[in-house]
Amino acid sequence: MSIRQHDFTIERRFRQTPAQAFRAFSDPELKRRWFGVPEGWTDAKWELDFRVGGSEVSVGRDPRGTVHEFRSRYHDIVDGERIVFAYDLLLDGRLISVSLTTVEVRPDRDGTRLVFTEHGAFFDDLEDPAEREHGTGLLLDGLAAFLDEQAAA
Amino acid sequence: MPTADAAQLDRAFNALSDESRRAMVVRLSRGAASVSELAAPLDMSLPSVMQHLDVLQRSGLVRSEKVGRVRTCRLEPSPMRTLEQWIAEHRATWQRHFDRLSDVLDDAFPTDQGDRQ
Repeated sequence: MSIRQHDFTIERRFRQTPAQAFRAFSDPELKRRWFGVPEGWTDAKWELDFRVGGSEVSVGRDPRGTVHEFRSRYHDIVDGERIVFAYDLLLDGRLISVSLTTVEVRPDRDGTRLVFTEHGAFFDDLEDPAEREHGTGLLLDGLAAFLDEQAAA
Repeated sequence: MPTADAAQLDRAFNALSDESRRAMVVRLSRGAASVSELAAPLDMSLPSVMQHLDVLQRSGLVRSEKVGRVRTCRLEPSPMRTLEQWIAEHRATWQRHFDRLSDVLDDAFPTDQGDRQ
């Protein structure tokens, strides 16, 4: 088991004003349209309580059957300017990552520049590691034996 | 307990349960090959070869990329998802969210500036 730290920044420019771009985060109806549970997923649950101390929850089962959970908490909100939140990601109930995220919206000429920065800790136990190693080993052993056999034939 | 990895293994073994697909994997174990090189020793139509290739790709055993008119296939070293792949997917997921955000903003707050970004 290990922890992998990963930081990244995504920058986007929009034609709308910073106030309008901010509303896509604060207005539940708008937020759901770009951040809600994807179409085709089942057992969907999505809730947004956009205030400091409030939370956002997004849960859904993908077409392969895996349950994805996003659980966040808002730590700082400056209307029209910035949002700071922390979130957990879980797969089938298992904690995959914990991230601290900042969203900044700034005027940029006649539009808006959005800067999304995340500091994440990712945990290397997507599956039980022993089970995964065993499964991979079985597959690769079987494949290697088979290939040797074919090469010799 | 069924896990994502168990499903992955099922697909991999299923992919290898067919003689033609095994022949393709054996060929790829010697190095990358184009679709026509894979098809050459097999007594079947190109569409059939493409179908088998599709099964192998969905199993995670083989991947391919098209450059110009040539699709090159190679064995995938590990069909299991690594942490690095997961992190790359994670970032790509946020990129897709922001693509959708852009569409939502254009829909909710139309501007008269055409497609200028």
